[in-house]
Amino acid sequence: MKQVSAWRMAGVHAILSLMCVVALYPVLWVVKLALSPAQTMSLSLNPLPTAVTFANFTDIVGSTDQQGRWLFGRQLLASIVVSGATTIVGLSLAVTAAYALSRFKFPGRNGGLQLLLVTQMFPATLMLVPLYSLLQKLGLLDTLSGLVLVYATSSLPFCVWMLKGYFDTIPRELEEAAIMDGASPAQVFVKIVLPLATPALAVTALFSFMTAWNEFILAATLLNDSSHFTLPVALQRFVGEYKTEWGHFAAGALIVSAPVMALFFVLQKYLVGGLTAGGVKG
Amino acid sequence: MNATVRPETPRFLALLLALLPSFAFADVPLKLWHAYRGGEEQALERAVADFTKATGTPVELLAVPYDAFSSKLTSAIPHDAGPDVFIFAHERLRQFHRLKVVAPSTSLNRSAYITSAIDALELDGQWYGYPLSLKCLALYYNTDLVARAPTTTAELLEALPSLSEASANRYGLVYEAADFYFHAPILAGFGGALFDANGRAQLNTEGMANSLKWVKGLQDLQFMPTEVSGALVKSLFNEGKAAMVISGPWFAGEIDASRKWAIAPLPRVSENHDAQMAPFLGVEAAFVSSMTRQPEQAEALAKFLSVGQATVARVTLGRQIPAELAAYDNELVARDPLVASFRAAAELATPTPNTLEMARVWEPMKLALRAVLQGGTPPEDAGALAERRYRALNRERPDDADPKPWLAGLVLIAIAASALVVRRATAMQKCTFAQRYPEAWRGLAWVAPAAVGVLVLIVIPFAVGISLSVFHHEAGEYSFVGLANFVDILTSRGYRITEPLSFYFTLAVTIGWTFLNVSLHVIIGLFLAILLKNPLLKLRGFYRVVLILPWAVPNYITALMWRGMFHRQFGAMNALLAALGIEPISWFTHFSTSFAANVITNTWMGFPFMMVVALGGLQSIPDDLYEAAEVDGASKWVQFRRITLPLLRPALLPAIILGLVWTFNMFNIIYLVSGGEPGGATDILVSEAYRWAFQRNEQYGFAAAYSVLIFFVLFAWSRVTNRLGAEARAE
Repeated sequence: MKQVSAWRMAGVHAILSLMCVVALYPVLWVVKLALSPAQTMSLSLNPLPTAVTFANFTDIVGSTDQQGRWLFGRQLLASIVVSGATTIVGLSLAVTAAYALSRFKFPGRNGGLQLLLVTQMFPATLMLVPLYSLLQKLGLLDTLSGLVLVYATSSLPFCVWMLKGYFDTIPRELEEAAIMDGASPAQVFVKIVLPLATPALAVTALFSFMTAWNEFILAATLLNDSSHFTLPVALQRFVGEYKTEWGHFAAGALIVSAPVMALFFVLQKYLVGGLTAGGVKG
Repeated sequence: MNATVRPETPRFLALLLALLPSFAFADVPLKLWHAYRGGEEQALERAVADFTKATGTPVELLAVPYDAFSSKLTSAIPHDAGPDVFIFAHERLRQFHRLKVVAPSTSLNRSAYITSAIDALELDGQWYGYPLSLKCLALYYNTDLVARAPTTTAELLEALPSLSEASANRYGLVYEAADFYFHAPILAGFGGALFDANGRAQLNTEGMANSLKWVKGLQDLQFMPTEVSGALVKSLFNEGKAAMVISGPWFAGEIDASRKWAIAPLPRVSENHDAQMAPFLGVEAAFVSSMTRQPEQAEALAKFLSVGQATVARVTLGRQIPAELAAYDNELVARDPLVASFRAAAELATPTPNTLEMARVWEPMKLALRAVLQGGTPPEDAGALAERRYRALNRERPDDADPKPWLAGLVLIAIAASALVVRRATAMQKCTFAQRYPEAWRGLAWVAPAAVGVLVLIVIPFAVGISLSVFHHEAGEYSFVGLANFVDILTSRGYRITEPLSFYFTLAVTIGWTFLNVSLHVIIGLFLAILLKNPLLKLRGFYRVVLILPWAVPNYITALMWRGMFHRQFGAMNALLAALGIEPISWFTHFSTSFAANVITNTWMGFPFMMVVALGGLQSIPDDLYEAAEVDGASKWVQFRRITLPLLRPALLPAIILGLVWTFNMFNIIYLVSGGEPGGATDILVSEAYRWAFQRNEQYGFAAAYSVLIFFVLFAWSRVTNRLGAEARAE
């Protein structure tokens, strides 16, 4: 790599800093609203907090229910359980399916792949009505496991497509060599294929996690116990029929977004490779 | 984690309750759902605790987000998964009744409540629910600025000039003028009857034109600001910049303690023989579910909540206006100025009609109000505009079709399909199944778990969704109509194809929206990725982290922030334009600026994804290619065209295809930022389908037909991209 002139570098920094300001600006507004004592939203030019209070955060974190149970703690737990389980279930379903679609020939393979993509094209809002009846018949209404299954399957098409693309780029020779050495197909999959696909696994895990972590319409409709509500449902409670508690909403929004942001930063390295390697063959 | 709390499995709760001595004889708890918050919720909790103390019946409360409440009720109760009692405003009573969700009240003592509250709960001679509290509009005024509330519009107009100074952001009157709920009293005051003798909506009347002209005048004289939202009303009043505000009882809790204020009824209209401005009266009631297993206890709970100490708690804690007459004899209640003022205001109010016809008025009226207040449509023409929209939205029920030919067709298709399969199987005689698919069983075994999940939870609802499109849905009943929904959409019945409501217009907007967004995502993302690629760049990690933020924060949160930033008078975007010496823009009044606001928001959210994809792609391009090109004397541009783009293509193409599908169905941004303004012009196909399903009297069949068309468009598109992908692979 050759040296770049100092002016050029300054220009690059200027553009990137400007873009960072643009990227940060609305987020700073969320912070400002969260820290402001008034429950209003008037967005002037200055996104920096003028008065600082943590009351909104303490209100949310300290919320309790009728019986004095620590509601926030339970809802956080519900969110973590649902999102964690969605990630595990979604990923295990997606990984096996994607591997089969990538490696084995069987009738209905291409049709199945197309079908997966096709289901993504039907607007989700209209599936709510039939989905509700279905879950009731399966006895999964008002259960976290029902919610997990719905989330896991709804993120499946993306995950399967992602992972299949990635598996396609892993040379078969590695697996064939392992089989020659006496490894079983399951061993090959667990010991060779999965470690090689780490970046793609990280991306799909993040995606499944986010699907479950941010969703509130299904959660609010399917669950009938406030201590099972996930955090976005609790957040949505601040938007009322006649008034919205913007301070609480913003504080809750920050609490909800924090883990996702943290995951993004931790998984950054994989994100860059995992999203693309599927299509890049060198 | 599966502590199911359905009525038939109360073990978990029974165990819990058995531990408490006062619940020793507790039976199955009653379930009560509501959407209250803050003081109103506390008041309800106290009342419920009192009920349990008095009767020994435990009650389980569930606070649901308001946005999800109605659809949750109408899904849960028919499936026997709902509450025993729920609290809702009376406007939806008719729909609840048609969906068979509410039970009539058996022990309602009608003389115990304010008459209009009882009237609101009547349907065809039958009463439903127990009235709890009243909500209507009145005039709040800042007593430091206004000594005596104006009683007529003439007095009001006299007072306004000295109270307003637009350059200092001071206004005489502030209210959400573009919301029909707030305009309704003015319309009534100007003599505009909303319904004719047959109960049909009539929007193009003289009263309508006069009332709109009057409001427009207030805005033109800068006595009131433009694009008023609830949040703006609150902040202007609290800053002392709004002398008078039209709002309901909930507003009292929003006012800073330092403000001095009082409440008066809305003024009489001098222009129309001093007729009274009559606001809508909303009655919140405790309704008993039609599916309750314990009708007597549920009835007792609903009644208990509407009278006596529960009412007092609602006044003192919840600051609500009671519907029970006896409450006003209570000393605590009688001394409360808020309650007294709103009772006076409520006497002048008329209950919001609980008819289906009323539900059809909101959207056309919103259109007319915005067209006048923000668009520049003359007030005289707005009524006709609303009337047209009203007719377009209220599709007559299509004729029932005979399902027999359809069933026959389905059978034929099934036979043809199986014949095809058999033929293909016999054609493959040469190579056996095992030869053709040596690993079939293993492959199927690996896919099976995912396939089962997808089949049950995606494909079945998907198939049901598609089949809905040949039905017409009205109040819980489906009738088979064949292709009528599709015909209506494709011939754009009721409106010209160049109008915002037409499928073709929306399709064009959607396609423009999709391509513009994805192009911007790719261009900006690629540009930033190239800048970030240089390993010598300092702060590279920092930039990358910050630039990913818009992707990491949930989009329904940031979309709301952007919506606020596009406010005409108080938003950051116009403040920025003003700093650059550009006139402020009224973003949501013109198609182009409103569309631009959506695109700006979505571009902001979408570029990080493409940036990350492009970064990954760029990293896999070996540096020596560029070095070789440099040696050959190729310019940067040539290098970009000949090396970067072709090598990035395989990485970017799948991301672009995915991005196109996502953007095509990007509901949140449209719904939360422009909300389809102006007049639905910036709606895309998904948000239009959503409106038909959930905001226009639950026309599920029509919405499903919309969705099927969306699906066809995307499917056709995916065939094209498939071919593109195949070409890319062939190269």
